[in-house]
Amino acid sequence: MTGISSDKPAPLIGRTESGSGRIRVDLQLIADLVPAGSRVLDVGCGDGSLLHYLTKYKGVDARGIEISRDRVAACLNQGLSVIQGDAEMDLADYPDDAFDCVVLSQTLQAVHDPKWMLEQLLRIGGLAVVSITNAGYWKNRVTFMVEGREPFAVHRDETWYDTAYIHPCTIRDFVDLANEMDTRIERCFALNPRGAYREINPRSHWANLTAVQAVFLLS
Amino acid sequence: MASEAAPEGAPAKRANGPALTPQQVVLAADEPLRLDSGATLGPITVAYTTQGRLNADKSNAILICHALTGDQFVSGPHPTTGKPGWWDTMIGPGRPLDPERYFLICSNILGGCLGTTGPKDINPATGKPWGLDFPVITVGDMVNVQRLLVDHLGIGQLFCVIGGSMGGMQVLDWAVRYPERVFCAMPIASAARTSAQNIAHHEVGRQAVMADPDWCGGRYLEQGKRPHRGLAVARMGAHITYLSESALTRKFGRSLQAREQVTYGFDADFQVESYLRHQGITFVDRFDANSYLYITRATDYFDLAQEHGGVLSRAFRNTPVRFGVVSFTSDWMFPTLESRDLVKALNAVGANVAFVEVETDQGHDSFLMDIPDYHRIVHGFLEGAADHRGLKKP
Repeated sequence: MTGISSDKPAPLIGRTESGSGRIRVDLQLIADLVPAGSRVLDVGCGDGSLLHYLTKYKGVDARGIEISRDRVAACLNQGLSVIQGDAEMDLADYPDDAFDCVVLSQTLQAVHDPKWMLEQLLRIGGLAVVSITNAGYWKNRVTFMVEGREPFAVHRDETWYDTAYIHPCTIRDFVDLANEMDTRIERCFALNPRGAYREINPRSHWANLTAVQAVFLLS
Repeated sequence: MASEAAPEGAPAKRANGPALTPQQVVLAADEPLRLDSGATLGPITVAYTTQGRLNADKSNAILICHALTGDQFVSGPHPTTGKPGWWDTMIGPGRPLDPERYFLICSNILGGCLGTTGPKDINPATGKPWGLDFPVITVGDMVNVQRLLVDHLGIGQLFCVIGGSMGGMQVLDWAVRYPERVFCAMPIASAARTSAQNIAHHEVGRQAVMADPDWCGGRYLEQGKRPHRGLAVARMGAHITYLSESALTRKFGRSLQAREQVTYGFDADFQVESYLRHQGITFVDRFDANSYLYITRATDYFDLAQEHGGVLSRAFRNTPVRFGVVSFTSDWMFPTLESRDLVKALNAVGANVAFVEVETDQGHDSFLMDIPDYHRIVHGFLEGAADHRGLKKP
């Protein structure tokens, strides 16, 4: 797979909840981090559920980029301003500080150049909300140590050769990259397999062992 | 641009909508319109149609801009050909352009030949048809005439300006020229400038018209002649650009026309030849050759970036307009790349823009077709914009 799409596997945690005002728990966490009334770009916005929520409940001027034609059409049908495009190329065309906040949900590990992507997010928006799947989760470590298999794909019911997650990383790996880029981690949340989340110290070894996902607020 | 005719071989379709009432108004009578060329023109007759009702606060008007050879009869049976209007499938109750929800306006463009002032009309200074004395016009001039009509109808802000191909150029020109008078804009299968390739195609068409001895240097009406052969050839050439190789292959392939084998002559051996000839012949009955010259020329001159130092995004700085841009995968006349350039320029100034490329093999003419994905997108964009505008559902 090239480019950014929400053609990505379902997240390890979280439930899709139907009904008014309920969105997947990781999206809810992201939505809570987005400042109300701000201008937001959701990169790889999928069917627009986060954008819809932000528009309706947080008064956000929400825009999106999505590579899948069908999903863009679904977004337009909800009246969302979404562009069909490949964020790995198109983000370069956005001017600096075009948005208050840029969201990248469950996508960073699927892009060819995650560092470039982070640079773009922070260039375009003053804030970035990024969620990752944590390769350091203990089950991954056990799978690798005991079974001797590449754990990231195994736990996603995928194979190593066709997984979209071409750049697995742990919370610590991500924090190292943020430091290397002089990016400030404003807040960091860990999500456990039951879908509960708590704010953590991004340097916490315990969180790196027990979290299946992490959500970072960067500036 | 755009054939605006049902493809041959398709069963003769009946129009979905009712016949539209032709309307005409004389505008720019007191003060002539200053054209982009510097010339002035007036009074100007504008032929148009409307559907639906303007609501109390006049916030539900949609201006539909037709393409090169289209006209104001967007839906219902066409008064001269009897065929369904060019956007018949887009318009109607429950369809994207719903007259029960919106007040739909479509006028014949300046330079056209179905009721709006154009080169076949009488030049008041000479008492003879304008011919080539008609001033050269631009897409911006067409838009200015539409603006006069919108003023005449007492509408301040249009809810939407929508159109495909050259109609899309008018949409973009509206958004740039009168941003405060357009709530949302939908340019479909269009571009912010005419490409060298399209200018080249236009020039071939114009040369075909002018090479016909019956064109008489543009004075054919005075001589009682019509350059039918030249105009038909122009149409045949243009029609190829509205389709795609895959659509032509799918429809015709190398099939022969009512014969078992080739004739080793220059008859229309192949179905595709017969089809093109038919397109040419039926076109000349409903279109004026000089109008064809003027309108293609207006399109050639279209370049929104030109007035802004060649930087397209500057044309849209601080625009309040919501844009919905649509392109089609198999359109090689207005390829997706040109829509993407437009979207990039809009993004560069933080404009509110949605963009989608519809997958179809029907080429540029896709914008006229009843393609469910496409219609859903138009419907979705308009509904979303209507929501933002506070338009109540009927």
